[in-house]
Amino acid sequence: MSEVKKRLTSWDSIIILLTIVVLIIASATVDNFGTSRNFTFMVLDLLPIILIALPMTMIIVTGEIDLSVASTLGFTSALMGWFWNNGLSIEMIIPLCIVIGAICGVLNGFLITVLGLPSLAVTIGTLALFRGLAFVVLGDGAVADFPFSYTDWVTGTLGSSPVPNVLILIVILALIFGIVQHATPVGRALYAIGANDKAAHFSGIRVARTKFWLYVVSGAVAGLVGVLWTLRYSSARADNGSGLELAVVAAVLLGGVSIFGGKGSLPGVLAGVVLLAALQNALRLEDVSGQALNIVTGALLVLSVLLPNIATAVRGNWHRRRLRQAAANAQ
Amino acid sequence: MTTSTLGAPAPGRRFAGGLLKTRELGIVLALVVLIAYTAIDNPRFLSGQSIRDNLLNTAILAVMAAGQAVVVITRNIDLSVGSVLAISAFTVATMMSDNPGLPMIVAIVVGIAVGAVAGLVNGVLVRYGKVPALVVTLGTMYIFRGLVYSWAGGQQVNADELPAHFLSFANDNILGIPWLVLIALVVVGGVSLMMRNYRIGREMYAIGSSPDAAELAGIKVARNLIVAFILSGAAAGLAGVLFAARFGTVDASAGTGYELNVVAAVVVGGVAVFGGSGTVWGAGLGALLLTVISSALAVLDINQFWQQAIVGSLIILAICADRLVAVRIARSLRKRDAHV
Repeated sequence: MSEVKKRLTSWDSIIILLTIVVLIIASATVDNFGTSRNFTFMVLDLLPIILIALPMTMIIVTGEIDLSVASTLGFTSALMGWFWNNGLSIEMIIPLCIVIGAICGVLNGFLITVLGLPSLAVTIGTLALFRGLAFVVLGDGAVADFPFSYTDWVTGTLGSSPVPNVLILIVILALIFGIVQHATPVGRALYAIGANDKAAHFSGIRVARTKFWLYVVSGAVAGLVGVLWTLRYSSARADNGSGLELAVVAAVLLGGVSIFGGKGSLPGVLAGVVLLAALQNALRLEDVSGQALNIVTGALLVLSVLLPNIATAVRGNWHRRRLRQAAANAQ
Repeated sequence: MTTSTLGAPAPGRRFAGGLLKTRELGIVLALVVLIAYTAIDNPRFLSGQSIRDNLLNTAILAVMAAGQAVVVITRNIDLSVGSVLAISAFTVATMMSDNPGLPMIVAIVVGIAVGAVAGLVNGVLVRYGKVPALVVTLGTMYIFRGLVYSWAGGQQVNADELPAHFLSFANDNILGIPWLVLIALVVVGGVSLMMRNYRIGREMYAIGSSPDAAELAGIKVARNLIVAFILSGAAAGLAGVLFAARFGTVDASAGTGYELNVVAAVVVGGVAVFGGSGTVWGAGLGALLLTVISSALAVLDINQFWQQAIVGSLIILAICADRLVAVRIARSLRKRDAHV
């Protein structure tokens, strides 16, 4: 098969196409979908998932996973409320929360790369630990009196245009992560590690160090999202973002990243996130319950791996049959 | 691993078996220390009612942990158990409120059957679709949950719609042991026995240690994997019946987030996430430990909010301990080989 054809039939191209089709159909058929107001809401809804998905893509490409991100988000959100109650200025709190998120990542990175523990088990442990610490910090209370200048910035738009302020943040971060992942030696190293970490090690890639820093970055981004989440809803709560980790993993896998590592692209993941957000948004406008949408999310997730496998199997069969025919003809 | 059915165990295996025995001993010790400390602080912790409550609270988690342990031992994972519990609980609760005359056994059989079908779907997708278990069960976690929501909508089945014999099942005793606890004991004991003494159990361990080697050794990997997922689904289905009987109120959100508790119990119980080692009764003990911790915190008057943080630390501690044991086994095996 030619290179072009291969690229066009790869899952990430399919998912990008599917996303565009869904966006077009939804704009044409669903009332209010294409309005600027709805666009703003949609961007705000996909903000947490898309930001956390950026480092998560890299982590899954190296063949690891980080399930603690939503708990880190909850922890920094709770801390934000606690710091605010204790009179710290918001200008201090925001960088502090990001640093604390990074420290959560350091703990994950240490356990996984220095002690060599499996990331799935470690991050299930820290998922409980960080969420627990969030409750220890803030209990089941909420802190809501954050300054309007900050909460308005997060929910606001650029001037009178429909472009939300946070979209700038998404674009900048997505560009940085995209360039690092697809246009630098570090990015190539991630794929090498995911494909075969022993071989990567012997070709001079610092496997453990790379993975360690991925977890730190993942923690820092989760900390940032904790801040944004708190400001968006103007509510610091210990249970903010519960269960978001599985939604992020689902979006990344839907975007064509292999859970075994070594495969996947950031554009595919971005399309996956947008597809899920657009479907959710459109169905909500059509008064379909958000929970029933779970069926679509789950089915897409399974199909994203199942369909390429079936395609490969069918192609293999077809190839074998052709070889047999050729052999028969030669006789 | 204790290998009594595979002839005389090799010396290395016996050594590994000894270490793994101490692994479960670790949980038992942790339990004893925790209970002793709490009981000294407040002797009522050892009262019949308190023990009964703890065991009742453990039962549902332990049943699910037994099924999950089998799946994890084969180097897979089942994240759909919380959603399967919801489907089973809602099915059974609806059925019992519509037909109050049905005996309890029918409820149990239907619950198990619903769970087994869900498990079959997972198993077929994992084995024949060649989709990784994490992806399949994450997907079916959403799908099954979505199905319950679209079926139930905002409705819930309340305790006053359920027949009395169904609700009293959770509190009824036989020989002083509540039915719920007895069922959990039978499930954990039965599955432990299967994994320890029967061919299919040993094959599960072989698959978890090395799926490729198991295939080459002539083990029917496909059949065994599907059995493992059916077991986990059936256990979650049974847990759904127990859930409905114990709590009386069932809505579409039943068991949300249980999957992580179940995996936590299994990991704390000493089953390695990369398969091939650990025991089912260890997972049952893990479930008991997690439950006792949360009730001990209440008795010790420690802020309830610490509970989750402690569970998290415990999971990390457990995998660190497993790692230590694994490193030690590897070192001792290497030493032995060097002498030969």
